Amino acid sequence: MKLDSRLEYGLYAALLAIAVAFPFLASNEYQVYVMALAFIWAIAAMGLNIIVGYTGQLNLAHAGFMAIGAYTVGLLTVDYGVPFWIAFLLAGPLAALLGFLGGLLSLRLKTHFFSIFTLCVGYIIYLLIEKWDTLTHGTVGVIGIPAPSPIGPFTFDNTRSVYFLVLAFLVLAIFVKRRIVRSLVGRSFVAIRNSDELAEALGINLMRTKVLAFTLSTFYAGLAGGLFAGFVRFLGPDLAREYHTFDMVAFVLVGGIGTLMGPVLGAIALTWITQSLQFLETYRMIVFGPLLILLVMFWPNGIIGTYTRWQARRRESGGAASAAKRKSKELHDEARANV
Amino acid sequence: MNIFFQQVLNGLTLGSVYSLVALGLTLVYGILHIPNFAHGAFYMVGAYISFYLAGSFGLNFWLAMLCSAAAVAVLAMLSERLIFHPLRNAPALHDMIAAIGLLLFLEAVVQAIWGADFHRLPAPYTQILRFADLTAPAQRILIIVAAFILMIGLQIFLRRTTTGSTIVAMAQNREGAALVGIDPVKVSLLTFAISGALAAVAATLFAPINLIFPAMGHLVILKAFVIIILGGMGSIPGAIVGGMIIGFAEAFGAFYISPAYKDIIAFALLVIILSLRPQGLFPSEVR
Amino acid sequence: MSEIIIETRALTKRFGGLNAVKDVDARIERGKITAIIGPNGAGKTTFFNLVSGTFPLTSGELRFEGEKVDGKRPDEMARLGIARTFQTTSLFDGATVMDNLIVGHRLRTRSGLFDAIFQTARLREDERICRDKAEEALDFVGLRHIANRLAADVTQEERKRIAFALALATDPKVLLLDEPAGGVNPEETAGLADLIRKMAASGLTICLIEHKMDMVMGLADHIIVLDHGVKIADGSPGEIRSNPLVIEAYLGAGHDAAA
Repeated sequence: MKLDSRLEYGLYAALLAIAVAFPFLASNEYQVYVMALAFIWAIAAMGLNIIVGYTGQLNLAHAGFMAIGAYTVGLLTVDYGVPFWIAFLLAGPLAALLGFLGGLLSLRLKTHFFSIFTLCVGYIIYLLIEKWDTLTHGTVGVIGIPAPSPIGPFTFDNTRSVYFLVLAFLVLAIFVKRRIVRSLVGRSFVAIRNSDELAEALGINLMRTKVLAFTLSTFYAGLAGGLFAGFVRFLGPDLAREYHTFDMVAFVLVGGIGTLMGPVLGAIALTWITQSLQFLETYRMIVFGPLLILLVMFWPNGIIGTYTRWQARRRESGGAASAAKRKSKELHDEARANV
Repeated sequence: MNIFFQQVLNGLTLGSVYSLVALGLTLVYGILHIPNFAHGAFYMVGAYISFYLAGSFGLNFWLAMLCSAAAVAVLAMLSERLIFHPLRNAPALHDMIAAIGLLLFLEAVVQAIWGADFHRLPAPYTQILRFADLTAPAQRILIIVAAFILMIGLQIFLRRTTTGSTIVAMAQNREGAALVGIDPVKVSLLTFAISGALAAVAATLFAPINLIFPAMGHLVILKAFVIIILGGMGSIPGAIVGGMIIGFAEAFGAFYISPAYKDIIAFALLVIILSLRPQGLFPSEVR
Repeated sequence: MSEIIIETRALTKRFGGLNAVKDVDARIERGKITAIIGPNGAGKTTFFNLVSGTFPLTSGELRFEGEKVDGKRPDEMARLGIARTFQTTSLFDGATVMDNLIVGHRLRTRSGLFDAIFQTARLREDERICRDKAEEALDFVGLRHIANRLAADVTQEERKRIAFALALATDPKVLLLDEPAGGVNPEETAGLADLIRKMAASGLTICLIEHKMDMVMGLADHIIVLDHGVKIADGSPGEIRSNPLVIEAYLGAGHDAAA
């Protein structure tokens, strides 16, 4: 165990070093921009993973909550002259507050009823943003969002500096999520995903736990939305559309559903795959759609999930597990011989 | 009087289209045990095939609709064989994600072929019918009549034939639905085929008074979800009645409340009803 | 007469117009092994679902340690001390057996999100307690050696034992076991019966549903027989074996009672 956690921290340190070095290695500013955007989506996807991956509730309104966070920053700064950081601090909590209320309503429903309900909630958020133009600027969008104002010696007026800001939040988001999912709170989430019936029989209050997971996930969405507003500095109602949620589902699934780093790796990998295949920009779903299907059919655990399973099997002193496997193989051969 | 009549007509038109889409969705629910998120893509593909056949080949409207129904039926059967059947023992989450994958794929393919622009299918009948002081565009009457004939035909098939009653039993999710003497593979393929054909017919009927674009299925499928939740998953009368309720609510809501928010009505209705009654209007199963 | 821990009076559950359980009076004695038997569809699992709070009662009364507890949710029942297992146990296949078990004692801990984010002393203490409980439970069911195995790689019989361990980790007073020996071979069944005896000997009250008559007759102190939702008999295994109503219910239903 000791060795493994040392290995784990080593991996984190290496990943962080690469992320810090990236802007200096990148051949142009555009690459830095793409990477920062991937980080923002990674934060949102980590939130989605809390409710979908850990708690097992397919929330399809996630992009809506990200849009709420983004519009909080956009509207407060542009229309009401609120300083960036104050607006930014409100983005996560406001999305989480609405998530809490939405969770109270939606989480009484199970499985696909919940998914359809949240799909409708997401659509309502999108339609409200699009139609309520006196508040949201409607289809015109919010233009001219200020860049994050300087903090002490740090200014955020170019892509590289905002990249580091986003990276800092990504690291913080991973750190906090790691603590949550490894704690008893996170274990309660996982218990509900495995079987809500069993979790309840183990004394876990389903509603309270699911609402907590939902609120947390929307907080992440709101935070990512706030960063998005400060980074892209233009917002349109399309941010709330369900296909952004579907994108994030793909990130989570590719990287590993219900794993800590899965959504991050998934967001980065898929963003770069799309980027490197320029023609895919518009038609990326021709690849993504079948990819989603093939993943759930043949590789449902994703990159990280597959790795951790392999690692756990290897760690389990080989003996017993491989004995069981040998036994099942023997049985299999025997069965074949009998045919 | 005429204005009110127009809203009734609108309600019936919308309701017919929604009912056809919801019917297919509710039938397939019995096999997938999840609502097929890709159903809206079947609807959209159906509209494009009709548009292509009628537009580029100058095929007769009805012939185009028939070909489109057949093509989408095949598409639906393929998706059952290649995707949903292999996943039948996987967690529900996987089915849902696979269905979403299929939806995204079909939309992207259509967009790659026909582009993201709006298209319109020329209406086969452009006359305005008059009865006393009431007027009605022929296309709307056509939608309503065709939809009702189809629903009655479907009803006869489902009630009077053994295969049909097996489909009904499966849709209602009965444990051990009588499969005696009937090949389950055949039943599930047939169900998918019917559901795809219904979606294509609904889309083709509606296309002349609506626009054709890659995302056209989104709103329709969402409303169909609302309908089958309200009407009870797997319930055939529920799908028809629910479709009419949503159709009328939208037609009257658009006129008497606000046309800008008409698309929200269905969802707001669902959110309100499910908030008050999490078990739905007609609880048909334990959730 | 020893102490009654769970008592039901006229316990009734209707689904639609159908009586799944009707007017059942049952008394479960503390520290004893009580078996619920009956043909398929007799209402046994429904009875468990009522006692564990999964379904609300249609009518009747449910008492636990003398207190009225009807209307409580399953998680509240678990906290009171009623633990249960299911016919199939859903574990997280991607995690180890130990990781699956730690959450079992969660209900006796209080640390929340704040504790998790700031890694408070309370959280660390709670996690230590949960881990200890899980190890203790794993020892009890004899699976210490597979603590670090992936849940995906355990056998059916081990899975049954893990289900017991999970229930034990909740610090229960009563254990409701739904078909504890379903789907395992005769040799393993005997081992599970020994384990159930050991749990009873440690002071737990056991209530189980089982189809394997040999096991029930050899294990139970008391048997309650349900048929079509109604209690048709209860008594010692000897009394039940010779009860004509019971014989008729089994034979009449065409059920192979000895299977």
